[in-house]
Amino acid sequence: MSLDAKKEREPFDNKVVDWIDSRLPIFTIMQKEYGVFPTPRNFNYFWNFGAIATVMLVLMIVTGIVLAMYYTPDASMAFSSVEHIMRDVNWGWMVRYMHMNGATFFFVAVYTHIFRGLYYGSYKRPRELLWIIGVVIFLLMMATAFMGYTLPWSQMGGWAATVITNLFSAIPYVGDKIVALLWGGFSVDNPTLHRFFALHYLLPFVIVGVVGIHVWALHVTGSNNPLGIDVKGPQDTLPFNPYYTAKDTFGITIFLLAYVVVTFWFPNAFAHPDHFVEFDPMKTPPHIVPEWYFLPFYAILRSFTFGVNPYVALSVLLLIGGVWHIYQKPGQISLFGCTCSLSEGDKVQRVVTLLGLAGIFMLAGYFSQFVKGDGTMLIKLPLADIILAQLTPKLCGVLAMFGSVILLAFVPWLDFHPVRSARFRPLFRVAVIALALDVVLLGYVGSQTADAIKFGVPLIYVGQVATGYYFAFFLIILPLLSWIEKALPLPQSINEAVLAEKGAH
Amino acid sequence: MTSRKLITALLVSVSLVVSGTALATAKRKPAKHVDAPPAAAVPQEAAPAADKAATDANATPPAAPAQESTAATEAAATSPTPEASGATQPAAGEGEEMSHQDWPFHGAFGTYDRAALQRGFQVYKQVCSACHSMNLLSYRNLEEIGYTEGQVKAIAAEYQVNDINDDTGEIYQRPARPSDRFHAPFPNKQASMAANNGAYPPDMSLLAKARHGGPDYIYSILTGFADFPPGVQHASTQYWNKAMPGHIIAMPPPLVSDGQVQYENAGNTPQTVDQYAKDVSQFLAWASEPHMEERKQTGTKVILFLLAMCFVAYQAKKKVWSDVH
Repeated sequence: MSLDAKKEREPFDNKVVDWIDSRLPIFTIMQKEYGVFPTPRNFNYFWNFGAIATVMLVLMIVTGIVLAMYYTPDASMAFSSVEHIMRDVNWGWMVRYMHMNGATFFFVAVYTHIFRGLYYGSYKRPRELLWIIGVVIFLLMMATAFMGYTLPWSQMGGWAATVITNLFSAIPYVGDKIVALLWGGFSVDNPTLHRFFALHYLLPFVIVGVVGIHVWALHVTGSNNPLGIDVKGPQDTLPFNPYYTAKDTFGITIFLLAYVVVTFWFPNAFAHPDHFVEFDPMKTPPHIVPEWYFLPFYAILRSFTFGVNPYVALSVLLLIGGVWHIYQKPGQISLFGCTCSLSEGDKVQRVVTLLGLAGIFMLAGYFSQFVKGDGTMLIKLPLADIILAQLTPKLCGVLAMFGSVILLAFVPWLDFHPVRSARFRPLFRVAVIALALDVVLLGYVGSQTADAIKFGVPLIYVGQVATGYYFAFFLIILPLLSWIEKALPLPQSINEAVLAEKGAH
Repeated sequence: MTSRKLITALLVSVSLVVSGTALATAKRKPAKHVDAPPAAAVPQEAAPAADKAATDANATPPAAPAQESTAATEAAATSPTPEASGATQPAAGEGEEMSHQDWPFHGAFGTYDRAALQRGFQVYKQVCSACHSMNLLSYRNLEEIGYTEGQVKAIAAEYQVNDINDDTGEIYQRPARPSDRFHAPFPNKQASMAANNGAYPPDMSLLAKARHGGPDYIYSILTGFADFPPGVQHASTQYWNKAMPGHIIAMPPPLVSDGQVQYENAGNTPQTVDQYAKDVSQFLAWASEPHMEERKQTGTKVILFLLAMCFVAYQAKKKVWSDVH
């Protein structure tokens, strides 16, 4: 890129600029990537959230660096040093509240950005790597936010750290060693706080780097757009500046308005009262909850009240078999060296049978581990009490929680439908909107106590059904729809669609 | 155009919903959430019973809704726990009663009532501070609630604090200065628990933020003491409180009679338990969030700036896009 830029460099009028640019073509690159960069002309406001997330990242880093100038990462002083910032440091309260609520709004922006990607199929060829880099950013953000939650050394932060780090103890053989490494000792204590602070300061800069790669990858493939069809020529695009710089500025301002309302009037709306009590390792609070943006994953974690017995294991194998068949094109297929022919009719039959059996065995596996209130089993099945490969309920919950995020990285291959945008995929559209609602529902379940009951329904079951849908969406619905869904007719080009829409008014 | 407008409307409503939810959460929290028991205030003996009831509630099968609610209600009746009463809607008289006050600092432009804060400080000084520390506040902070420098110096000088003699290194006692932290009633947490039958009187600096309901909760606790209902077993060091989660509290009623605190410059202010409770709740609300007024004022300026910027940005966007649309 830089070599090309050097060769084809247009001289700048300003002599200083030109002097620099001929040695380091930074102005040429900016001009190419953010000036004339061809951008689809039909973006809607969902496409603002990448820019908004970037603004929030910068805001978090700037406020975070200022806070680090006053914060003391020591177990005996952390809580009071945060209160010192809130009370005595000039404008300290404002910087702290901006940082605290900035995390909330950063996640609002990023969740919207991720949903936009899912809805409009932005993860599909050729943007698979761009999407995967995005998932990496999301993981880094989660780690950073989690460690930041601990730093004020409050009851909630300290105990959330205890609960989450303890999850790693579910890993067979090495779990306890990993936990000791995370803690820097044998409990959440001063060394834990020190390393969390070090990493909380480091990771945002790693995020900046990965965001740079994310943007780089974006500028290789170019942006997706609400129609999900490829850019066919200059008539489909607009230069990034001034069109999208102007639109992003407007979008960012609107977003900041909502952020400012919360920061200055409801700064503690997302903060549980236990954030204002200093951490006491000897006293467990009755209700430990993560920040709202982790609640859906927390609900998935808690949904696993059962481990993997032979029935569940068989169900998973059948599921893999069923989904594998979806990917097979009718004709000659070969498996383990054997070649056989598969007609479209065979394929339907096999997929239905395998998925159906998978479902039956999953239910059998679940209910055979279901303990009734009086302590007896709901149904008795042979071998149901054997938990395979140490996949205990706790480990399953942990794997499912991390898996639910990792799964996103595989979406480009789970969904192989040729059409990107949900606008032209009526079934996918319903499924992906249902997924968004499902995640909100999971978030609600995660915010309640494990034994909560609403309208006579124990929320743990709601959480289990919602968790089921979450995984079914990615593992079953996406491949299945890719195979059977007939898309609506696509417009010829972006320009044509824009003109047609304009003509209709 | 329509879809674009729809999406704009959607986005605007999403931001409104976000702020609206925040607003609603902030307002609803006290009523909806059943507070976690500040374990500190619950005497040691009560804890095992509460745990047991919680375990019972957990073990109860959620299969039959009717049975479940009965079980939960029973659990609430015999040994009320947040879990048990949170599982079902508490029946009238079963749950905690939170009295919602119309505080002057509520609302978008709400401010603290300086006179009330000063009265509240007097209540703290004469009543609460016998057991409760306020370690995060210094005497100089009292200037923020309207005391003059001289008054603050006089208030501070009423207390003796330890200091180190620069020449000899010996520890000696001197009158407190405005820069000193509020004098604590006990040298450490253990001493405070030893003097209070094992219950820890929590530090009050952040109390109004560290409890669901905030100042409403503090007011409700202070005015919520009542006789034990017949049949409820309790230790002699426990008290019944309508607002306390679980109803059993280790703190003796601190405000017992009208006229207990003699207000300086009382004016027409009634010197009643109810007024004391209101005033000290406001004082604690200020102590936990001393920059609230500055925060709202700054926020207003930021909003005005952003609205202007929003207008300019929108006009610019409209003009830039006019040749495309």
